[in-house]
Amino acid sequence: MIEPIDVTGLGRDEALVLYREMLRIRRFEDRVYQLFLKGELPGTLHQYQGQEAVAVGACQALGPDDWITSTHRPHGHALAKGVTVRSAMAELYGKATGCCGGKGGSMHLGDPSVGMLPAIAIVAGGISVVSGLGLAYKLQATDQVALCFFGEGASNEGAFHEGLNFAAVQRLPIVYVCENNIYGASTPFHRTSLVPDVANRVAGYGMPAVIVDGMDVVAVRAAVAEARDRAQRGEGPTLIEAKTYRFAGHSRGDARGYRSRDEEAAWKEKDAIERLGLAITSAGLGSEADLADVLADVNAELEDAVEFARSSPDPDPADALTDAYATAIAIGAAL
Amino acid sequence: MSTTAQEPATVGTERRLTITEAIREGIAEEMERDPRVFLIGEDVGIPGGFGGAFGVYLGLPERFGHERIIDTPISEKAIAGAAVGAALMGLRPIPDMQYSDFLFECMDELVNQAAKMRYMSGGKLSVPLVMRAPVGTANRGAQHGQCPESYFIHVPGIKVVAPSDAYVAKGIIKAAIRDDDPVIVFEHKLLYGSKGREQAGGMDLTAHVPEEDYVWPIGRAMVKRVGTDATVVATHLTLYRALAAAEELAAEGVSVEVIDPISLQPFDLDTVFASVERTGRLLIAHEDTLTGGWGAELAARVAQERLYSLEAPIRRVAAHDVPLPVAPVLEQAVVPTQQRIADELRLLLA
Ligand SMILES: Cc1ncc(C[n+]2csc(CCOP(=O)(O)OP(=O)(O)O)c2C)c(N)n1
Ligand SMILES: [Mg+2]
Repeated sequence: MIEPIDVTGLGRDEALVLYREMLRIRRFEDRVYQLFLKGELPGTLHQYQGQEAVAVGACQALGPDDWITSTHRPHGHALAKGVTVRSAMAELYGKATGCCGGKGGSMHLGDPSVGMLPAIAIVAGGISVVSGLGLAYKLQATDQVALCFFGEGASNEGAFHEGLNFAAVQRLPIVYVCENNIYGASTPFHRTSLVPDVANRVAGYGMPAVIVDGMDVVAVRAAVAEARDRAQRGEGPTLIEAKTYRFAGHSRGDARGYRSRDEEAAWKEKDAIERLGLAITSAGLGSEADLADVLADVNAELEDAVEFARSSPDPDPADALTDAYATAIAIGAAL
Repeated sequence: MSTTAQEPATVGTERRLTITEAIREGIAEEMERDPRVFLIGEDVGIPGGFGGAFGVYLGLPERFGHERIIDTPISEKAIAGAAVGAALMGLRPIPDMQYSDFLFECMDELVNQAAKMRYMSGGKLSVPLVMRAPVGTANRGAQHGQCPESYFIHVPGIKVVAPSDAYVAKGIIKAAIRDDDPVIVFEHKLLYGSKGREQAGGMDLTAHVPEEDYVWPIGRAMVKRVGTDATVVATHLTLYRALAAAEELAAEGVSVEVIDPISLQPFDLDTVFASVERTGRLLIAHEDTLTGGWGAELAARVAQERLYSLEAPIRRVAAHDVPLPVAPVLEQAVVPTQQRIADELRLLLA
């Protein structure tokens, strides 16, 4: 039984925006998976289905000048932060029109123009780097806030402990969003940590932490908004642990033999998109027809993006040799 | 001086294995014969899991238990540090990095600790660990396709090997496990099984692996193809592309010798010297970037020791000095393709 989330105080437009943003990610991921199986996309994929409420809730609480860092699983973060569907899709195709010009690919989606670094596919790599974003905002007295997405598995890296302690002691304007989807690749978190909640780890750094239902987009948005306010007041970073689940395998080709189908079914009952959809219709914020319209819009946007990506040119091979340095250097220049 | 290709002789029934199967078998045999050997890494033994990032360890937890196939948190410093410490206490750990790109997470443990403990202790201590680390470009972009072998040949105290076929892979993983020094074993992820075939020019990537116990000594190269006009030294996928390029040039009446060095530190210079003495021309090919790659070291040694055997300047073909892009057209413009190797050979012979 799907339970609606609490949408008290939410306006119709806001609710439909949250719904649209999440549905766009879900449909993007489903479509990308089909395209991958058809052999249209190179490389590998780490998909985001199931976790949409986290990316959307978090990014909806940010301002346009706030930057985010992301992980090997960045498609949802990218779309939620405003990377266009066209440029994300084209990047997955390795086309010149992609958000990284075909140099980044699935694991490095990002776009500085919307405040997103190329995603960092080294687990916990973003946790180190985000300290510097926060430090720059603090030193330059802007009111920007940096938000760092990472998985629960990343909290076992040294970078997590060094990064969070440094940010706490410097009172940096950072919001850490840990997406605890229980697994790091095949490994359940309980096999790698005696403390079940990542949130419990940060008390040791004097940093506040909150646990939030990661299948509730409104709850995630509220928690991030509060943490962002706190950061802007100069009170330092907060960790938000969103309890969530990835519906797909770790990467494509993962048969998910390390978890049960019952567990998967139980989490699908908490599908964030369905829960919001139900809340919208039961609270009278919108009708089934409104939701169907959103789906139709999203599907049209996606097909346009696929068409755009397919018809975009490949990068010029000569471009492979640019961008390593600001100005090309002589030593080791291309043969 | 070798004048014949050194493929293993097939005695008895032929048994063709992939590199994945050969390494799994090599590790299992060593775990069987030496209780001090254990494996430690991420996602190596989770029931229903992957058996390591490329399936090399599938079946091992059932045989050896979770005490000897140790699953870790995502903590490369812990993996490498624990391996160094356990090795110092007399065990023989096999720490696993899912991708060699993650070695940079544990550079301190490898470079400052593993490499230096023997020396700092005046020779009283050993660190017999075997780090496994897959390399190679496979449309995964800048952080999952690097070939960092050359960083480590620069570190005195660490041995570096790079097997490219199943026979050698099994022999050298066994030699590495028995070795008293830290050894990093770099394998190419496109050479593991059948999947890499296409990229390797459709070549058969399996090799005959005899049932008997054998090792391939660290520090010995293998002549993969005998030739008289030029020598190519190449590793991993680039080796197969070099062999294909040699085939291409054979059609043009040119005879190219191809050497797989296998071991990058120590390096079997004698095999290369002997070859260059006969051919007078040397091309070095690797997928690592050009500047400061192991090819530069080899070129310097050959220039110093065999300059007067050379009839032409040494040439190198390598990845261009940029990070790896993901788009296939860009990737192919960066890494050494068969075409580029063949072109370089023509220049070398011109
Ligand atoms: C430093 C490093 N170690 C290992 C990996 C391989 N790897 C990629 S994703 C992953 C699991 C990450 O788990 P988590 O942080 O929980 O994120 P999730 O995949 O669940 O989103 C691993 C081990 C990596 N990319 N970087
Ligand atoms: Mg996880």
